[in-house]
Amino acid sequence: MKQKIGASLKAGFPIFIGYVPAAVAFGILAKACDITLLECFLFSAVVFAGASQFIALNLLATGMGPGGIVLTTLLVNFRHFLMSASLSTRLGEVPKRYLFPMAFGVTDEVFSVLSFTKGALSKTHVFLVELCAYSAWVGGSVAGFILGGFLPEILSKSMGVALYALLLAILLPEVKASGRALILAISSGVLNTWLVHLDILPKGWTIIVCIVVVASMGSFFMTFEKEEERL
Amino acid sequence: MKTLIPLILGMAAVTYLPRLIPLLFLGNRRIPQRMDAFLKCIPLAALGALIVPGAFQATPDFPFAAVAGMGFTVAYGLFRGGIIVPVLGSVAVTYCVLLVNI
Repeated sequence: MKQKIGASLKAGFPIFIGYVPAAVAFGILAKACDITLLECFLFSAVVFAGASQFIALNLLATGMGPGGIVLTTLLVNFRHFLMSASLSTRLGEVPKRYLFPMAFGVTDEVFSVLSFTKGALSKTHVFLVELCAYSAWVGGSVAGFILGGFLPEILSKSMGVALYALLLAILLPEVKASGRALILAISSGVLNTWLVHLDILPKGWTIIVCIVVVASMGSFFMTFEKEEERL
Repeated sequence: MKTLIPLILGMAAVTYLPRLIPLLFLGNRRIPQRMDAFLKCIPLAALGALIVPGAFQATPDFPFAAVAGMGFTVAYGLFRGGIIVPVLGSVAVTYCVLLVNI
């Protein structure tokens, strides 16, 4: 049991490292936007969604009303619908009441780490990984608000790389093991770069389009390969 | 300025529901094989788009620093594997590059 807890914390640790500087930046920006400490805390504690919190602060500064901000948040975070759907196929037997708190912690990074954990996911593992992410996000936001830029600027900038390095480190063993995984991941990155460059979709939707297109491609390969095996 | 709490609760609701609904309705249910294959491909499809192009803008003042950090992750990850060392190493490499260039 102790070993399992250790493994879960180890899996969550890189998310912790990546979230702290981003959360500190959120706290600093929140203070600069004349938001109270309680509101800054609540943003991170009850919304718990990185990019959309920054976007909300920007929109508040432009004077947009709450309706528009909530709608934007829905659009930006809708990709998690697909991620939760995917995770649902990976969970072991988990009683329904645990799904309510579990769903709250499904961020991009938590989803990525959990998806590439081998075997069925236990609820303890999911909760511990989520807790690493959540504590860093909420703690970092409050610390940023109160202490300001307590991390040296260069350190905080370089820590921003941690989240990308985490996702990359998760991806590497997959692409090393299978050419199909390499093709899918590259297609997704190229498609996303093109869509971001075109700049016609709202933020968050370039990723949704990439997921739908590339996962369809992947599922086509998978069923095709299975049928070939059968022949 | 008036309180932001209603706005925060609204944002929380529209963030939480899309995360919750699939877990509640798909969990423990038999789904068609084609659909299952699609859902299982989502992580890989998401990773590519989550990394690129964002990683190239992770250190906007000096993009090379982030690229060098990623370079370490790829090199170490491919030869030795693991997560913690590639992540901490990429931060260290990025830090050094930024330190030298500012």
